[in-house]
Amino acid sequence: MSELPVSETELQAYADGRLTPARLAAVEAWLAARPEEAERIAAYRRLAQEVRGAYDSMLSEPVPARLRHAAARRLPWRRLAAVLAWVALGVAVGAPAGWYAKRERTVAQAAPDSTMLARRAAVAHAVYSPEVRHPVEVGADDEQHLVTWLSKRLGAKVRAPKLDEVGMSLVGGRLLPGDSGPVALFMYQSQNGRRLTLYLRTEASRNRETAFRYARENNVGVFYWIDREMGYALASADLSKDELLRLANLVYKQLEGG
Amino acid sequence: MDEAQRLVELIPRLRRYARALVGDRASADDLVQDTLERAWTKLHLYRRGTDLRAWLFTVMHNVHVNRVRAARLNDPLGDEMPELAQRGTQADALLVRDLDRAIARLPADQRAVLLLVTLEEMSYDEVARTLGIPIGTVMSRLSRAREKLRAMMLGQAPAAKLKVVK
Repeated sequence: MSELPVSETELQAYADGRLTPARLAAVEAWLAARPEEAERIAAYRRLAQEVRGAYDSMLSEPVPARLRHAAARRLPWRRLAAVLAWVALGVAVGAPAGWYAKRERTVAQAAPDSTMLARRAAVAHAVYSPEVRHPVEVGADDEQHLVTWLSKRLGAKVRAPKLDEVGMSLVGGRLLPGDSGPVALFMYQSQNGRRLTLYLRTEASRNRETAFRYARENNVGVFYWIDREMGYALASADLSKDELLRLANLVYKQLEGG
Repeated sequence: MDEAQRLVELIPRLRRYARALVGDRASADDLVQDTLERAWTKLHLYRRGTDLRAWLFTVMHNVHVNRVRAARLNDPLGDEMPELAQRGTQADALLVRDLDRAIARLPADQRAVLLLVTLEEMSYDEVARTLGIPIGTVMSRLSRAREKLRAMMLGQAPAAKLKVVK
């Protein structure tokens, strides 16, 4: 039998089903004359199938949230070039001011009107913060448009507080239906994928002020307060109560006085 | 479709490869997470329009190599395969467990080649680029990995070591 010598590389390619058609017949003939080699290559094929069979189930498993967050962080891909110096959450912000009312209430115990504020904010957080592809309607790269649009729809001046100094960057925002009209939701995200939402609604009675209140709805912690014409609720399932309080302080300071 | 979206879509494949590479689920997901985070910081090195999958697997390979190296430094007793001890307890079926153990016992560089060819079905060229090695090295590692795996699954030492003395 005169044939070109068959190389080990060709045998490997044959095992992978990648041999060029031109060499297929030659390699098959070579193997037909060598049962031991044929058995070896057949074993490689079986093993490849077994290896795929052993691990392919990973492809259909749900992806853990921490990996989804790791993949989706800093959403607009281009912003990566501008790597910011992140400050550990809480280090940059001072201790809470004394006006924080220390009573921790459940949603049910709070006054009925602000109950709804906290509850709605918690639900909005729970619904939108796990979103990977559509967490917001308008992204932070178009912040000016976002703020103008939401201000117009709410009929009040709305601003997105800047939380970059404590490691939370604005993802964007969206408009939501509230109990009596449109509501705005801003979403923030830390470098490691932890998310925070700020829910803003206009208040019917424009002269009320409340202290900070805290509530937990399922796993979502909410600090909420009313400051004259606006009601605010800062919600996160990923942050501790203390971290959330520091952020609420920061948001309050930035937004007071409109 | 932009890269961020494709990145998300590639996660299951990264997890499958990582699971086979490091042996247990939690370590595999740690590796995937480190890879995704590394990918974000190295993104300016990725050229748009080129193969994102190959690029990501390169990132994962580098992260893995660094982790293994670090583990070795932290473990004075660990010699050639420091990740071996953590493996092999979580698999469900017997075959999978045997296969898992056998794969764990392959030298790390051979294991990577075998898994990229078998699981990811990368071309030999792609494997060479992903791992940054010549294609001849890909072929020899593939050949050795398969022969070792076959021998282990038959319950015997690799053929090369069976120098029968008569």
